Amino acid sequence: MTQYLFQQLVNGLALGSLYALVAIGFSMIYGIVRLINFAHGDLVMIGAFTSLAMVVGGVPWPLILLFVLVVGAMAGVTIGAVIFRPLLGAPQVTGFIATLAVSIVIQNSALMILTGQPRNFLFPAVMRERVTFGTVQASVTDLLIIGLTLVLIAGLFFVVYRTRLGVAMRATAENLTAARLMGVAVHRTILAAFAIGSALAATAGLLWGGKFGQIDPLLGFVPGLKAFVACVIGGVGSIGGAMLGGYILGLAEVLFVGLLPQEFSGYRDSFVFGLLIVILLLKPSGLFVRHVEERA
Amino acid sequence: MSKNALEALIAPLAVVLAAAALLWLVLLGASDYLVTLIAIVLLNAALAVSLTLTNGFTGLFSLGHPAFMTIGAYVAAILTFSARRKPSMLPDLPAFIAGLELPLLPAVAAAGIVGALVAIVVGFPVLRLRGHYLAVATLGLIVIVQNLALNWDGITRGGAGLAGIPRLASVWWAFGLLVLVVAVAWRIKFSSLGRAMLATRENELAAECTGIDTVKMRLTAFVIGACFAAMAGALFAHLISVVTPKSYSVLLAFNLVVMVVIGGAGSIMGAVVAAAAITGLSEMLRPAEESLGLYGFSQVVVALSLILVLFFRPQGLFGNREPDFVRRLFSGRLFK
Repeated sequence: MTQYLFQQLVNGLALGSLYALVAIGFSMIYGIVRLINFAHGDLVMIGAFTSLAMVVGGVPWPLILLFVLVVGAMAGVTIGAVIFRPLLGAPQVTGFIATLAVSIVIQNSALMILTGQPRNFLFPAVMRERVTFGTVQASVTDLLIIGLTLVLIAGLFFVVYRTRLGVAMRATAENLTAARLMGVAVHRTILAAFAIGSALAATAGLLWGGKFGQIDPLLGFVPGLKAFVACVIGGVGSIGGAMLGGYILGLAEVLFVGLLPQEFSGYRDSFVFGLLIVILLLKPSGLFVRHVEERA
Repeated sequence: MSKNALEALIAPLAVVLAAAALLWLVLLGASDYLVTLIAIVLLNAALAVSLTLTNGFTGLFSLGHPAFMTIGAYVAAILTFSARRKPSMLPDLPAFIAGLELPLLPAVAAAGIVGALVAIVVGFPVLRLRGHYLAVATLGLIVIVQNLALNWDGITRGGAGLAGIPRLASVWWAFGLLVLVVAVAWRIKFSSLGRAMLATRENELAAECTGIDTVKMRLTAFVIGACFAAMAGALFAHLISVVTPKSYSVLLAFNLVVMVVIGGAGSIMGAVVAAAAITGLSEMLRPAEESLGLYGFSQVVVALSLILVLFFRPQGLFGNREPDFVRRLFSGRLFK
């Protein structure tokens, strides 16, 4: 029983870590440009396929991680530069439509190049082993996901709260015009937010492939949507909230599947989005945000 | 009835009859493939107009049409399905539905009602908030509906889908739905209700200040759009005689959004024209796609053209206006 619960806990934390990595970028971008980036989930797919290409090419693992971060950041900057800058002054809905269009372009280009056939994706054999702590066991992959996510989030918090760039990002999120008047290079800051958020999402793609073992060109859609649910749980626009929301969602989803009888497990996605609607009904500003002047 | 009121009724009726006559002429010489294509164009036009009602008039961003279409398709199909085969194929149906075998019209009406009810349940919490929550909540609704259709196999037959639905619909049913949707949208647009909706879109605060209940406007527009979407889904199912959980996906929602944006958000005729153009275009690109093996190519073309429209002509073909010619046609003042 302990083993079962511990196993579920680790599993939930690992899934939650993936959601958190995607949700943080979502929330950062929303916080600064007030736009939902529907293409954000597709960065998970880009990250996963970039890693797969590296693995096939025989690149060593630490380099793959680095490379995925760089590719993710570049893809994010491209999306930001192509779409968001020209549309920045347009009505909000125009921005959503544009990001949705970019997402469709990315997905269908990937379908054209890679075909819809799912590919196998495997971490090295070491990762598939299990480690024992006293009476309980956990898979190395899950522990790696949890650990790496914590390291990346720590790095992110350092950037956001301890560097000049972080100050500029927070100032821009607070008030774009005022930040510009204070001499913040607003456009560059926005693109930096895109780069950082997208790099995290791409890393989530690498880990996603490792955890689930199969990847396909449309794999980013559901994680992207669930990351938004995580953002709503934590309060849209808050980085810490997105992180906690990701963990809560991951744990809730795993508990839903793990604790209810088998025949309910097919309904896990219904559960997640049902949860979204319930939260929007009861606490639309999120669980951790006390006050928001603009009800986003 | 005053002369003006009579005129206002006769003119649109004449337009509809003329369109019906034209359709009849075209159908005379059309191959089976073309007839089906025309039916699909008409249904897509009805869907695009119903989305214009939701997204164009009130400035919402709903992506929920595929969800409502799936709901409508299953509801109507279950109602019209052969009562003899139903108990063995769909064992979990309650007895009174299992024994039922309705004609198409009441089944489509039932589909519309169920779609509207679901829209109320989803719209009530979400529409109090600002626009983008609706976008994601309706995407979530698509996932929920597909997920339920997939897993609730005692009623839906799961992933295999419901096949052998009686082929009760035809191109004329699609035409009828399009006429109904356009008529309703037109009546709403040129009434105080429509002006209230447009005001909600243009400036929420100003609309509230003039006494418009903006939440109610959004909910009304969302529910009407969902009702029509469910009816269109029901007709689709009875046209191609099959529905699966994945029949109507996010891609369809995106294509409908493209039609609304390109036609001009809020323009009824724009949505009709754009729906016909885009459905025709993707159909024409399909052979190229298949011969090159580049599946997804036509979708990339559609998405890129949308981005170009957003950059260079964000108001679309007609903005939120109707072409003058059509307005005069419908009001019977073509030559005055």
